[in-house]
Amino acid sequence: MSATKKLLYVNRKAPHGSIYALESLEVVLIGAAFEQDVSLAFIDDGVYQLMLNQDTSGIGVKNFSSTYKALGDYDINQIYVEKESLELRGLSKENLLPLTWEDEDDDWAEKDSIQVVSSKELTDIIEKQDVIFSF
Amino acid sequence: MPVLHIINKSPFEKNSLDTCLRLAKTGSAILFIEDAIYATQKNTAVAAKVDAAVGKYSVYALKPDLDARGLDKNEIIDGISLVDYEGFVQLATEYSGVQSWL
Amino acid sequence: MKFGILVNEGPYTHQASDTAYHFTAAALKMGHEIVRVFFYHDGVNNGTRLGVPPQDDRNITTRWCALGEEYKLDMVLCVAAAQRRGLLDENEAKRAAKDTDNMAPGFNISGLGQLIDAGIQADRLMVFGD
Repeated sequence: MSATKKLLYVNRKAPHGSIYALESLEVVLIGAAFEQDVSLAFIDDGVYQLMLNQDTSGIGVKNFSSTYKALGDYDINQIYVEKESLELRGLSKENLLPLTWEDEDDDWAEKDSIQVVSSKELTDIIEKQDVIFSF
Repeated sequence: MPVLHIINKSPFEKNSLDTCLRLAKTGSAILFIEDAIYATQKNTAVAAKVDAAVGKYSVYALKPDLDARGLDKNEIIDGISLVDYEGFVQLATEYSGVQSWL
Repeated sequence: MKFGILVNEGPYTHQASDTAYHFTAAALKMGHEIVRVFFYHDGVNNGTRLGVPPQDDRNITTRWCALGEEYKLDMVLCVAAAQRRGLLDENEAKRAAKDTDNMAPGFNISGLGQLIDAGIQADRLMVFGD
């Protein structure tokens, strides 16, 4: 069995104005079956994908924001949101979906999947990856 | 393990250059392709930023994209090396990974 | 070295497909291996059989077909993205009860797993997009 690779999915675009957010999430969910070491990075307008209270009924497009909540069930729990991107947009973690996962090694304790990281921390995360998907 | 960072959009259209410069580790490489080629020119509003980048990163530009846009290779910021598509492939093999800042 | 190629945009509207093509052709000429060329988002439109671009310009689809034929490339259109955008092979067209298919020869339609697989199998995944 070949070694696990570190896969990073980079999201830099806002949801709904284009399809990249939805279709990149579809890649992440399918990719979960491959049991690699998966991380997601939300940078620039990508942070908007995780906003709470999205209501798309008025624009008539699919509201897929609740799908992010399923990521924990797929063992995808390394979700990095860039602090600078949030701050430039007047946002904080409180504006974002409360994504969690259950740690089976810790009595199924519910933990936060989202880590707000500095640019420096994200730089180091990027350097460690084997494969980077951008959309 | 330095990464090859590829930027393809004009710095006057999108923030990809700024985001890349914020998140690329010193010692990695930056390659300008397609419309990002405009970032290579002296005397633009981003020239100082790109000039500073040349000190921190190995910076390259795809020559066919420069020629296509009528840009003069004598007007590119010092320290930026021009490559063709084979050079692009070669860079991808030399760095440990590739990140496209779309 | 083994490359995976991801093409995120359709023909002509963005330069992505052109750049991806020139990169892929150069890599092959240099003796590298292409694990797969995967077309996603509007990139599936590179696989249309029905394009009639002007005679004095490159034909992006047939150019990919020719490269694919020469080097026996695995050129995949993502099934979900293709269905959304109306790119269908014969089987998909029958399944969806459509009156025609429109995929160009040399491409095949498959799932997103093929993209992940390419990312894992290749030494480098090259992404071309907007």
